[in-house]
Amino acid sequence: MAVIEVTGLRKAYGRRQVLEDVSFRVERGEVFGLLGPNGAGKTTAVECCEGLRRPDAGSVRVLGLDPVRDAHRLRPRIGVQLQQARLQGALRVGEALELYAGLYPNPRDWRELLDEWGLADQHRTPFDKLSGGQQQRLFIALALVGNPEVAFLDELTTALDPQGRRDTWELVRRIRDAGVTVVLVSHFMDEVEALCDRAAVLDGGRIVATGTPAELVARSGTGGTLSFHPTAPLDPARLAALPGVTGVEERDGRIEVSGVGAFADEVTGLLAREGIVVTGLRIREHSLDDAYLALTRHDS
Amino acid sequence: MNRHTTRAVRRLAVAEGRLFLRDPLTAFFSLAFPVVLLLVLGSVPSLRKASPDMHGLSTIQLYAPILAVFTLMMLGLNGLPSLLGAYRERGVLRRMSASPVRPGLLFGALLPLYLGIAVVSVLLVVVGGTVLGVGLPGSPLGFVVSFLLAAAALLSLGLLLAAVVPSAKAGNAVGALAFFPMMFFSGIWLPREFSPALVNRIGDFTPSGAAVQALQDSWAGHFPNSVGLLTLAAYALLAGAAAARLFRWE
Repeated sequence: MAVIEVTGLRKAYGRRQVLEDVSFRVERGEVFGLLGPNGAGKTTAVECCEGLRRPDAGSVRVLGLDPVRDAHRLRPRIGVQLQQARLQGALRVGEALELYAGLYPNPRDWRELLDEWGLADQHRTPFDKLSGGQQQRLFIALALVGNPEVAFLDELTTALDPQGRRDTWELVRRIRDAGVTVVLVSHFMDEVEALCDRAAVLDGGRIVATGTPAELVARSGTGGTLSFHPTAPLDPARLAALPGVTGVEERDGRIEVSGVGAFADEVTGLLAREGIVVTGLRIREHSLDDAYLALTRHDS
Repeated sequence: MNRHTTRAVRRLAVAEGRLFLRDPLTAFFSLAFPVVLLLVLGSVPSLRKASPDMHGLSTIQLYAPILAVFTLMMLGLNGLPSLLGAYRERGVLRRMSASPVRPGLLFGALLPLYLGIAVVSVLLVVVGGTVLGVGLPGSPLGFVVSFLLAAAALLSLGLLLAAVVPSAKAGNAVGALAFFPMMFFSGIWLPREFSPALVNRIGDFTPSGAAVQALQDSWAGHFPNSVGLLTLAAYALLAGAAAARLFRWE
């Protein structure tokens, strides 16, 4: 059963159309990524799922409920981490967790969350005295304190240092292992690649691709690059003519060939036939990063 | 209200109560300032003397009900709009709106909390007054009824302003805009005994004027007249309903 079902969602702010005909499904227990550049409509799409915004058209169902009309029945069952929010400045970490635990019918033990999210030492620190990373972790803990069936995490690792990001990923895996469905809004490809079972790429208010991270890479038609220093002169035009090669660049005697499919075999075959020895050979397979850029590239 | 709702309201009230006490300036002005002012005025012997110009009352006796209402105006008009304006500006309310909290729940926590603070402040004024010969309210029932209705009217009015202001600054501004006329009609600058009849006639239909008159009557031992009490009740109901209707999280 789909935990979230969005069909034909449209939303405009004034005359600016933010979402145009957005549809996606999130299955129970998966980590689903909403991926896209700034202004793509990711946050608006999740806010429609959380019931914070009313869609102009289309249907949104979360746990079988309408997020706006059935808000009072849905809210106790979801956890939300918002991109832009603060707490009362003088409210202490422990008090904030205790307060939010008290707002839900079936909360988790908030002291456990304090330890889990590394906030035990800050337990008496007022919100305004926390570092950006600590505030972020507190908001994630607040999103989980109500024991939600679905957790919405919007730009979860912004403001975290690299170690903090890795730790957070591990904790998101633990949330998932506990059976919570997670919707992750992100513009970090590595995050989506590391965490998401499936993802939708949003661009200009439309979904341009949906699938597993591997499927997204495959669908974008990006392949990889091969670069080397030839020890003898080599005409770049001959490389460019090879099947599968999409581009050749020469910089400081180093040649970089990009292409799709079996282009690398073609390149090494040519080098072998010509008897050209190369040094410093490097092969890079395209990642979700490249796929994302390819999917969201605007033809101007 | 079911068990969860009661717990949620209680937690919210406790958290806001702690935050209130952590802001020493607001806490002082709402809790202690009225009694301090009363004691300062009361230390001047001539202000403790009854005068035939004031129906046999002393200046301090005129000021006791005004200071009781002052607390309510501080909390309602100065406190609530800037508090909720700041919360709206910071996104505190937005975060809350993503939880099971509904506006009614938030009001249900803030109103009893602020009423409780006002009760403490008024008790201080009443106790301080006995030291200065003001005497206890002659009609305790009238006093309690008047005070509760006055609190309902002024706090609801504060919530109405707080329902829509986008920021702490805007909250302060509209609060001050409402605060000063209310101060005027409460008689804090010129007690109602000395005001022109027309001003008092208008004041009778303002929340602060009606509140001071009702408390003064109770202090003097009469049950306050029903027009004043109904005026307060009407403000409470209309402003409260409008606040709940207009309330915005963002």
